[in-house]
Amino acid sequence: MPHAAPRSLLDKLWERHIVAPETPEAPALLYIDLHLIHEVTSPQAFAALAERGLKVRRPELTLGTLDHSTPTLPPDANGRLLYASREAEQQVETLIRNCAEHGVRLLGLRDPQRGIVHVIGPELGLTQPGKTIVCGDSHTSTHGAFGALAFGIGTTEVGHVLATQCLLQRKPKSMRVVIDGAAPHGVGAKDMALAMIATIGADGGQGYAIEFAGEAVRALSMEGRMTLCNMSIEAGARSGLVAPDETTFAYLEGRPYAPSSAEFERAVSRWRNLASDAGARFDREVRIDASSLRPMITYGVSPAAAAPVDSRMPAPESASERAAAAYMRFESGDAFVTAAVNRVFIGSCTNSRLSDLREAAEVMRGRKVRSGVVALIVPGSETVKRAAEAENLHRVFIDAGAEWREPGCSMCIGMNGDIGAPGELVVSTSNRNFIGRQGKEVRTVLASPATAAASAIEGRIADPRKYLREKSEAA
Amino acid sequence: MTSFQPLRSVASRAFVLDRNDVDTDQIIPARFLTTTSRAGLGRFAFYDWRFDEHGRQKNDSPFAGVEPGDFAILVAGSNFGCGSSREHAPWALLDFGFRAVVSSDIADIFKSNALKNGLLPVTVDVRTHQRLLSSPGAAISIDLDAETLRLPDGETVSFKVEPFARRCLLDGVDPLGFLLDRIPLIEAYERESAKERMS
Ligand code: SF4
Repeated sequence: MPHAAPRSLLDKLWERHIVAPETPEAPALLYIDLHLIHEVTSPQAFAALAERGLKVRRPELTLGTLDHSTPTLPPDANGRLLYASREAEQQVETLIRNCAEHGVRLLGLRDPQRGIVHVIGPELGLTQPGKTIVCGDSHTSTHGAFGALAFGIGTTEVGHVLATQCLLQRKPKSMRVVIDGAAPHGVGAKDMALAMIATIGADGGQGYAIEFAGEAVRALSMEGRMTLCNMSIEAGARSGLVAPDETTFAYLEGRPYAPSSAEFERAVSRWRNLASDAGARFDREVRIDASSLRPMITYGVSPAAAAPVDSRMPAPESASERAAAAYMRFESGDAFVTAAVNRVFIGSCTNSRLSDLREAAEVMRGRKVRSGVVALIVPGSETVKRAAEAENLHRVFIDAGAEWREPGCSMCIGMNGDIGAPGELVVSTSNRNFIGRQGKEVRTVLASPATAAASAIEGRIADPRKYLREKSEAA
Repeated sequence: MTSFQPLRSVASRAFVLDRNDVDTDQIIPARFLTTTSRAGLGRFAFYDWRFDEHGRQKNDSPFAGVEPGDFAILVAGSNFGCGSSREHAPWALLDFGFRAVVSSDIADIFKSNALKNGLLPVTVDVRTHQRLLSSPGAAISIDLDAETLRLPDGETVSFKVEPFARRCLLDGVDPLGFLLDRIPLIEAYERESAKERMS
């Protein structure tokens, strides 16, 4: 047999979904296996379908959830949900109506499986190796942790997928980020992600799909790999990828929508072949030494402005950096750990899974949130919430003086009214420190769950390492 | 059918926003995304740059005195449009009067969304970018057919737009019709891959 050219994971995923290949005149027609929708980016897409009298072509490949605009406080005494605005409520009602009309399954407000769109896909076993997955949401890159080609799309494209189950796409370039070595004590996936973005820049991944490889990535749990792929978009890459392996298969086995028994074995043998072949070519390669990393925080208004938590504010070098430093009110030379914290948010599709909550609880157990600091713990889904409560993690948080909320995006985007006050400093486990993202003039510092929890305890940006047991691999 | 004003060329004074990484939360803050329509979002464009917490126009903002429709060309720092996939960003910019955005580097999803709505993303080399950033208000013209941008001194630089998206922009159509014409191909693909899964 002649030897075919070695192919990368991206090549393999791409080739098996081509309905019509790309030409100089037109992009490829790419088949989409799973389409996730939520209330914010779908209404205008359904409206576009209605304008043309079209129906959702493959409703069974589409799943809806409610996450962005939903309240995280329980219903009031009359059972009413406390929406941030009438518009927010209307948006939720619109998705409920659209899904009912088109026969699309929706994880509605009282569904025990509802949650943040990028938490529920994997959790339900719908996210699987070898699939193409899209959502009108840039953090769709999260699902790439399973060896799926997953990327965020705009609302017009949501309409295209609803109507045809296909998208017009040009193949991205490929980048491999190899994270070698073993991550030291207190350094997790979020720290690796921030270090990666600081290394390649907020636009360094533009036009690429990033495959993460190397010893430190292999050692990560699925939750950790999801955190890493989730943050790919913050480096400008629409997709992150990790080749599926035993960790992936073990995670998926027994999940509600994963293939069952004999079929599962067959699927696993297919999935094994997805890994990049030895000698596969990448358009760009980057190496990061995990053993040199420390817990990371951000100090600016772009996730690329990241530095070790135990370092000092660097001197700004451009007009943009000066504006960012002024917004953050950090003086060059100041140690980050001296900055007073007003609020802490532990949640979002980056860090709201059970392992993230365990990590935060490890730091908070038996301690108190500094008085004057508001700490919000928001599980990523109803499933995560139940699992955390079964382990009594909620008691740890409540006893520490933190608030244990209902699942949703919450302060990651603040659309449901969970926001900080102007000028406040928020240490947040979410993915974006953009100006105003967590409320007008709110200063966001991105960090891992452990760093966020430690900062809640100290009331200042804090190094989590002293609170964590040695060998702290979150399960 | 979703369609928009075809775009062949734009000529306007340039509005310069000399900041890198202008993200979609700055273009339109998330609290304005609760709409279920795409109309009228211009009033929220760059809202927190333009207005203070009492809703009064800021005097110390680059947008001070700027009204919707004053400029059709936006020149911004690198990595423009990074962040979320919200198509509300190009909707808001269009409704504010912009038809083209020029930068050294424009984020992927934003670019893709812009092209589908009649907002032209133009990526230029770093030297041209620097020149544009340092000449606010300069008269610029952009010709999409020829893929050229003309600077005030008459110098012309070329740029590239993905050919299919360019065609859609020139004709003012969303590619949905193109996709719908290919349903038989899609059905054939579905039959093939179902067989593969069974084997
Ligand atoms: S948690 Fe944040 S980033 Fe994730 S889907 Fe929700 S709003 Fe988007």
